Order: sequence, then structure tokens, then C-alpha cells
Amino acid sequence: MILEQMMNKDVQTLLPSNTIKEAITLLREKKIRHLPITNEDGNVVGVVTDRDIKDATPSNLLDSHNHDIFDTPIEEIMTKNPVIGHPLDFVEEVATIFYEQQIGCLPIVSGGKLVGIVTETDLLYKYIELTGSLQPGSQIEVRVPNRPGILFEVSKVFHDHHANVLSVLVYPDVQHDTNKILVFRVKTMNPLGIIEDIRKEGFDVLWPNMPGMTT
Amino acid sequence: MAEHAGNDNLKKHAVYVYSEDQLGYKFSDTHPFNQKRLTLTTDLLRKMNALSNADVVPPRIATDEELLLAHDARYIDIVKKASNGLVNVSQTESFGIGTEDTPIFPNMHEASARLVGGTLTAVDYVMENKALHALNLGGGLHHGFRGRASGFCVYNDSSVAIKYIQEKYNARVLYIDTDAHHGDGVQWSFYDDPNVCTVSIHETGRYLFPGTGNVAERGTGQGYGTSFNLPIDAFTEDDSFLELYTTAFREICEFFKPDIIISQNGADAHYFDPLTHLYGTMKIYQEIPKLAHQLAHEFCDGKWIAVGGGGYDIWRVVPRAWSLLWMEMNDIELTQEHLPKEWMERWQKESPVPLIPTWMDPPNLYEPIPRKAEITEKNKQVLEKALYSIRSH
Repeated sequence: MILEQMMNKDVQTLLPSNTIKEAITLLREKKIRHLPITNEDGNVVGVVTDRDIKDATPSNLLDSHNHDIFDTPIEEIMTKNPVIGHPLDFVEEVATIFYEQQIGCLPIVSGGKLVGIVTETDLLYKYIELTGSLQPGSQIEVRVPNRPGILFEVSKVFHDHHANVLSVLVYPDVQHDTNKILVFRVKTMNPLGIIEDIRKEGFDVLWPNMPGMTT
Repeated sequence: MAEHAGNDNLKKHAVYVYSEDQLGYKFSDTHPFNQKRLTLTTDLLRKMNALSNADVVPPRIATDEELLLAHDARYIDIVKKASNGLVNVSQTESFGIGTEDTPIFPNMHEASARLVGGTLTAVDYVMENKALHALNLGGGLHHGFRGRASGFCVYNDSSVAIKYIQEKYNARVLYIDTDAHHGDGVQWSFYDDPNVCTVSIHETGRYLFPGTGNVAERGTGQGYGTSFNLPIDAFTEDDSFLELYTTAFREICEFFKPDIIISQNGADAHYFDPLTHLYGTMKIYQEIPKLAHQLAHEFCDGKWIAVGGGGYDIWRVVPRAWSLLWMEMNDIELTQEHLPKEWMERWQKESPVPLIPTWMDPPNLYEPIPRKAEITEKNKQVLEKALYSIRSH
């Protein structure tokens, strides 16, 4: 999936001259944590996060309200030259960038202009969608030898049962590195026939599987 | 037990909505959803002398207008066409029918509308004060969605019945679902409605269909805080199940103050059930209706409607579980330990497994669960999370 298919196009932004107080109000109103900062031409010049604001403002346990601080332009606290992305970037790349750069948002820029934003939350939601758990289905885990063609052998069973597969994930088997674990989400309430046939093919179905339990 | 309720109508204690027509909801001979359960249960109750002809009322068929309370016109239309063989599978699959779970069968519209009608019959008896309680074991099809079938369910009788209660009687409904699968269809029907409270205790979605029913699903908009979910771990046993059920059900009643309770009584949380991984025994099926009955009297002047649901060990589990439900509804105390001999003799011949001769399960039904303490602890944490919003802190 590429970013233009998942990014939020309705981006809240401020100008570098807006104040910390205005940034606080906007973050609270919209219940968001990241604000790209653009200049008059729509070019991204910085990012302000709720953490930048917390660092810049006095503790709310203090009585004295230092109004000067809240009137400071955000230009002074924003991260300048932030990491940006392009609408054609892959979602996997963004996950890597978030992980490696330890950041939580990516302003998406095309033609020099801000066109969208992707945050950690968006990425997490994509992950949930990928697992297929938003649609009614049963989960089946199969331990298979780690060799080419294996997915075909297992998925043939789903084909024979006319079963609609909602998602497939492949995990390493932490106990045996000669195996891997295939996790299927299938749109059926009765996976018994499928499980029986996968077992007949000689594979190990972990249903259900809890470490320390044998059934 | 009958008392005068005005005019010359005698108010019944409870009605048993049933007719053999309900057996027409049949996908195939090999499909796990098998309404022979109704025959086995009804026969068991008759042989116990716990059910008389006067208790039984036939279900009506829900009208299109009634189905439209909770379903899309386009979907009803497709079901009708499929019912008469007028469409092919490629046209129906996106509506969830013609699938392995919910295959097309002749007259499926009428059969499905009759299960809904049965629950509506139960509603009318209770809401018009003709009976204190009512049971429709043919109902409980909690996976039916507004515009598609899912998980063996075509129309959702509870969703239609709750809308019907709201429109016709303007009452606050508490729906409690103890089926081992999440009551997703009913939950989503009322997710934004503050006047309907849905509660579901079920095996977690880690392996089991439908996968939803997380503790964080609490409702949306105006209805936030009126959906409750108690997802319990695979291998959960009686005590932990009942701890969550009894604590949550009572506290939610105190919070929500319903006018009527509808309980969905799927009997698939039993150790024997082939589709699920919970380790319940007959003890939970004795306790579940007992508390529903008690709370209906405490909070709703007795108004309690019970429907069936899942239950795929139709020989050893469902007849006993559902008979206990009807007997609880009628305050019939269970004095004997064994099932009636005539029932055992009649059905053992047909049953592919040896029937259980006693009402309660034999001890040591299964090997001890190695991680019992952790499972119990985890379930307790789920309970605390689920009730967090209604407990004072």
C-alpha cells in the first residue's frame, strides 16, 4: 500500500508566527498530537508535537502563569527541517522510519506543498486491518516446514472448502527455526472441516495454542 | 400458578414458544447448526412432566415490516429470491448467503422469518402481561447483520425484537448473551443507542469466530458506555466463567435499570462443544438462568425473555442445558439426579455418542488445566476493565 491511499488529507497546520497558546488550543480541539508548520506558500518548515509544547511550557502544578511563554511563536520550539514523506512512499517504509528515527508523524509533501499526514496511530490501525480482525472470522494457525511452495499446499485446502481468507500472516517459529507459522483469518464460524483437512495434509494445526498447554 | 390479569385472560407464568415448523431452519444434514436440538429438548421436558400443552404457543412469522426494523430491504429481497431458487451464488455471496456457513436452502426466508416471529411472539406475551416470562429456543441468531448473514444466522431475531419493543412498548432493554461466540450482530445494531444495553461474555477472538467483542468495545456516540464485553480465555472453567457473569450482570443491571431482560442462551461454552475451547460444565447452565430470573424479578417486575443460540453438541449438552433453563423459568426444582429413562432409551439409539445419564456432568470430565490460575487471573482483569466505567473511583 502507498501513502496516498491511507494518509489523512485534512491536515491541521499553523504558521511559524502562531503562538504556543494557539498550538495548545488546536491540539486540544482536534484531539491530535502533531502539527506540521507551513509558511505562507504551503511549504513544510517544521513540526510541533505535544511533547515540544510540554517541554516549552511551565508545569501546570505551578501557580504563576508566565504569559510570555504562551505568547512565544512556535517557530522557536518547532523541529525544523522535519523528516517528510511522499504520497508514493510505501507503508512499510514509514513503519521503518518511525521505528528508526523515533518519530510519531510524517508530513506528506508533493510539489513542494503539504498534501497529507500519516501518524503512528494511522499505522497501527492499518496493522489491525491487515490482521483481518475487523471482520467476522476464525483464526487458524498452522506450523509448516520452512520450504518453498508450502503456502500453496495449505491454501489449497481453503480453496477446496470454498472458504474466504481474510488475511494471511507468516511468523517465524520461535521453537524450531526449520518451521514457520502461518496464521490465517477465515470467514467462517465452522473451521472444523478445514482444520481436519489441513491435518490430513500432514501439517500441525495449533488450535488453540497456548504455551504450556497441550491439547 | 396463573393469576388474573384483567378481562377474562389468565396470566400465565411462562410460555414456551415452539412448533415443529421451527425445524425448517435447516441448512443441510451435515451442518453443525441442527435444530433437532429443539426436538430433543422438548421431548426431555415432556418426559420430565415439566412442559404441558398449555405452556406451548406456536411462533408467528415476522412480517416484512418487522424485519425492516433491523434489516435492509435489499437484503430481505435477496433472501427471498434465494429462498425460491431465483438467484445464483455469485449474486448472494456478498450478502453472506450461499456460503459454507450459511448455505441457501428451500424456503429459507420463511424459516428465518419464523424464528424472528417466535421471539416477537415471546415479546408480545411478556409486554402485554399475558405471561411473566417467555422462552423461544428457536431464536438467538445473534450474528445476523443489518445487510448480510453471518455465522449460521440469516435474520437477527433479537435485534428485530429489541427494535420492536422500543417502537411498540418504549421500554429499556438489557440484552445478555452467554453464547461462547461474541454477540456481534446485536451489539452493532444498538452500538449508538443509549436505551439498549448489550452484554456479551464469550471466548476471546484470538481463535474463535467472530473475533470481535474486545473489552474496549463500549459503544459509540450517545450509546457510549452501554455495550459491555467480557472476552474470556480458551480453557476457562465454571468458577471463573460464573465469577465474571454474576458480578457483571448484577452491576450492569444496577447501573442500567432495565425494564426488560432478554437473555441469549447459546449452549456452546461447554467442554464437549466441538466448535469452541471453553471448559464449562452443566453447572454454568444451571446458574446462568437462575441469575437472569432473579434479576428480572428485582429490576423488571419479572419481565424476562430467553432465546436459544449456539450449541453444537446437540446430544450431550443442549437438551440438558435448555431444559434447565425452562425449569428455572418455571421454578421447577430439580429433585432427581438422573434423566428420565424413557428419554435415554429413545434417543441413545440415534446418538453417535453415549448420552450423559445425569443432569449434572460426571466429575473429572477433563484433565486438569495447567495454567488455570493465570487464566482465572486474566479473566478477572477483563472483568475489572469491563466494569471500570460504571464503578465509582
